[in-house]
Amino acid sequence: MMLVALALVLWGLGWWLNLRIAEGPHAQSRAARLAVPLIFGAVVLAVWELLVRGLQVPLVILPAPSLIAARVAGSLPILWADFLQTFVKGALTGYVIGCTAAILTAVLVDRSDFLRRGVLPVGNFVAALPIVGTAPILVMWFGFDWQSKAAVVVAMVFFPVLVNTVAGLRETTAMQRDLMRTYAASYWQEFFKLRLPAAMPFIFNGLKIATTLALVGAIVAEFFGSPTLGMGFRISASVGQLSLDMVWAEIVVAALAGTVFYGLVALVEKAVTFWHPSQRG
Amino acid sequence: MKSVLPVLVVVAALIGLWYAAAVPMNVRGVLDEAERAGAEVVPASGAERRERAVWTLVVRNPGAIPATWAQERPRLPAPHQVAAELWDTTAGKSITSKRSLVYHGWVTLSATLLGFAIGTGLGILLAVGIVQSKVMDMSVMPWAIVSQTIPIIALAPMIIVVLYSVGVQGIIPKAVISAYLSFFPVVVGMVKGLRSPDAMQLDLLRTYNASAAQGLWKLRLPASMPYLFASLKIGIAASLVGAIVGELPTGAVAGLGARLLAGSYYGQTVQIWSALFAAAILAAALVGLLGLIERLVLRRMGVA
Amino acid sequence: MNATTVVEARDLDLVFQTGDGPVHALKDVNLSIDKGDFVSFIGPSGCGKTTFLRVMAALEQPTGGTVTVNGMSPEEARRKRAYGYVFQAAGLYPWRTIAGNIRLPLEIMGFSRAEQEERVARVLKLVDLEGFGGKYPWQLSGGMQQRASIARALGFDADILLMDEPFGALDEIVRDHLNEQLLALWARTGKTIAFVTHSIPEAVFLSTRIVVMSPRPGRITDVIESPLPRERPLEIRDTAQFIEIAHRVREGLRAGHSDAL
Repeated sequence: MMLVALALVLWGLGWWLNLRIAEGPHAQSRAARLAVPLIFGAVVLAVWELLVRGLQVPLVILPAPSLIAARVAGSLPILWADFLQTFVKGALTGYVIGCTAAILTAVLVDRSDFLRRGVLPVGNFVAALPIVGTAPILVMWFGFDWQSKAAVVVAMVFFPVLVNTVAGLRETTAMQRDLMRTYAASYWQEFFKLRLPAAMPFIFNGLKIATTLALVGAIVAEFFGSPTLGMGFRISASVGQLSLDMVWAEIVVAALAGTVFYGLVALVEKAVTFWHPSQRG
Repeated sequence: MKSVLPVLVVVAALIGLWYAAAVPMNVRGVLDEAERAGAEVVPASGAERRERAVWTLVVRNPGAIPATWAQERPRLPAPHQVAAELWDTTAGKSITSKRSLVYHGWVTLSATLLGFAIGTGLGILLAVGIVQSKVMDMSVMPWAIVSQTIPIIALAPMIIVVLYSVGVQGIIPKAVISAYLSFFPVVVGMVKGLRSPDAMQLDLLRTYNASAAQGLWKLRLPASMPYLFASLKIGIAASLVGAIVGELPTGAVAGLGARLLAGSYYGQTVQIWSALFAAAILAAALVGLLGLIERLVLRRMGVA
Repeated sequence: MNATTVVEARDLDLVFQTGDGPVHALKDVNLSIDKGDFVSFIGPSGCGKTTFLRVMAALEQPTGGTVTVNGMSPEEARRKRAYGYVFQAAGLYPWRTIAGNIRLPLEIMGFSRAEQEERVARVLKLVDLEGFGGKYPWQLSGGMQQRASIARALGFDADILLMDEPFGALDEIVRDHLNEQLLALWARTGKTIAFVTHSIPEAVFLSTRIVVMSPRPGRITDVIESPLPRERPLEIRDTAQFIEIAHRVREGLRAGHSDAL
C-alpha cells in the first residue's frame, strides 16, 4: 500500500511541478517546452512502476518498466536481428520502392489532365481502405520472408504518396505558370524549376504519413506468417508464451524506430522546404 | 461531376490490368490441372514447364487463357470470381450463417463502431482539456503527436491476450484496439480545430467578456467541425483496421480478420479476396457516411 | 507600319466563352506601339486592358484580327523571348534567393554560368537591390519584392516590358518611389514599355502615350499623346500641363463609362 500511496504522491508532485512551469514566466522557453513533457513522461513511468509493484500486478498482465528495460538490455542481439529483418529489410525496402514508384507514377499521371482527374479520386478512395488486409495474399505470393513484407509496405505507402504528389504538382498559381510561358520554358524546365519545388511540401507530407504506414505494414504482415524472426513474429510468439516483457521490449524498439524514422524524414523536409511558411516558424 | 468519366476509365483500366495479371499468375496451375486431366499442353511435363517463363507458357498455350479466370483456387482470382463469391456469401446465405459475409462483417463492424465511439468521445474530451489547460497542453500534446509516428497497432495481440487472461472476451478487446487507434488522430485533429479561430475572433469574444465555456461552445467547437470530420474519417479507417487485426492473434472464428486468416491457412484465395473486398466496402461505406454527415452538419452550420 | 513599330494590332477581337454566355473582352482594337514608347493602358475593370497585354504575350489567343510583335506573331515572339512580363504580384519563388529568382529565366534560356552572374549583378544594381541577392523573397518588403520581379524581367534583354499593374498592391509612398525608379530605368535602357494601371496620376506621370479603354465590350476610347518631356521629376504632377492631361484622361474614362450604361 505504501507504494501505491507513493505513486499518488508522485503523481501530484509531478503535476504541481508542471503546473508551476506552465503557468510560470518562462513557459514559452525551449527548456520549459522540453521539460514539461519529459517530466510528465517520467512521472507516468514511475507511477506505472510503483503501481505494478504495489498492487502486485502479475507479469502476464502488465510488466513493470524496470523489467521491460532489463529485458531490452538483456535481449539486444535478438532485438537487433528482429529490427534488421522487419525494419531494414521489410519496411525500409518497401518504403523506398513504394515511394519511388508512387512519385514516378504521379509524374506520369500529371502529364494528362484526364488521367489526373481519374486517378485523384480513385487514389484517395484506395488510401482510405484497409490495405494491410492484402498481407495474407502477398505472403502467399512472395513467401514468408521479408520480400512479402516489403510488398505489403509497397501497397500501403503507394497511394498516400501518389495522391499527395499528384495534388502537390498542381499546386502552382496561374501567374507562376504564365511566367514560365513568357520565358517559353519547355515542359521539363517548368517541371524541375517550378512544379517539383512547389510540390515538395505535399510530397513530404505523403512521405511522413508513409513512414508510420511502412512500419505498421511490415509488423502486421508478419502476423500472417514469417520466418522465426522479426518484430511482428516476436510479438505474436511472445504473446503466445505470455512473456509480456519481451512483447513490450519489441514495442519499445518499434516506437523508437517509428519516431526516429519519422524524425529523419522531417529533418530532410526541413532542409528541402525551408522556404515554406510552415517551416519558417 | 466532370471527373466521372476519368474515374470510370481509371477503374476500368485497373480491372483490365487485374484480368491481364491473372493470366500469368495462374497459367502454371491451369496447365498442371490440364495435364492431370489428360489434355494436351506444351511442354508436356511439369518439370519442363517449371524451366520456362510464364509468358512463354501463355504464348504456347493460348487455349488455357480462359481457364486462368475460372480456377477454383487460383493464385490471383479474377474480378468476376471475387464478385460472385461476394454475392454468394452475402445475398446467397442467411445472415446468421457462419458462411455469410454479412455475419462476419457485422462482427467486425460492431467492434469497430463501439471502439470508434469510445475513442472519439475520449479524444474530443482530451482535446478540450488540452485547449483549456496550458499544463495539459504542454504535458500531453507532445506525446499525442509522437504517438502518430509509432505503429501502436503492434499492441493489438497483447491487448487481446491480456484482456482474455482477466476474463474479458468477445467484442470488448477488439473495441479497445479500435478505440485507441482512433483516439490519437482525433485528439491531434481536434486540438488543431479548436485552435483554428484566429486572434481577431478570440479578441472579439474577449471584448464581450465571454467565459471560457462560452468561447468553447460559441466559437471553438463550431470552428473545429471541419477538422473534426477530417480526423474522424482517418479515425474510423484506423478503427476498422484495428478490429480486423484484433481478430488475428487468437484465431477468432468470426469476423473479417478471421476470414482472412482462415483463407490464408487453407489457401482459399477467393475467400481471402472477398473478405478483403468486404473490408474495403465497409471502410468506404463508413468514410462515405461520415462524409455525408459532414456535408449535412456543415451545411446546417452555413459553412459549406 | 514603319521601321520603328514594335507592336501592331489590327481590328483585334477576343470573345471568351463563359458559363454565363460569351463575354466580349476586346472589340476592334487598333493600336501601334513604337520602339522606346511608354504606353499606359487605363480603364475600369473588365475593359480588357490586361487581356490586351496577355494577347501581346501570347497568353491569350485573339478570336479575330491580327497582332504582330516585332513583325512576328505573338507566339513566335514568345518563343524568341521578346518580352519580359511583370505581374501584379511579384510571384517570386520562395525556394530561391533573390539572385536565384533573377537567374531563373537566364537558366531556362541557356545563358552561360558566367553570363548569368554578370547579368544578375547588373540588374540588381539597376533596381537598387545590390547586396540583397542572397536574401529570400519572404525576407524582403513588398516594394523590394516587386523591384526584384522587375529585375527578373530585365535580365534577359527583352526589348519589350509588359507590366500588368505592377505597383497595384503597394502603398502610395512606395509606389511614387518605384514610379520614379521605373522612369529612370526606362531612360537608361530605352526599352518599350506597355503598362496597365488603374491610377490616372500614375498613367500620366509615366507615359508618352495613354490608351483609355472602356468595358462591355472592351475597346479603346481615346489615345492621348503626352506633351510632357521625357525627364520628369515628381513635382511635374503639380504643373498645369499635367493636370490638364489628367483631366482629359478622366473625361475619356467618364465618356466610356456613360456609353456603356
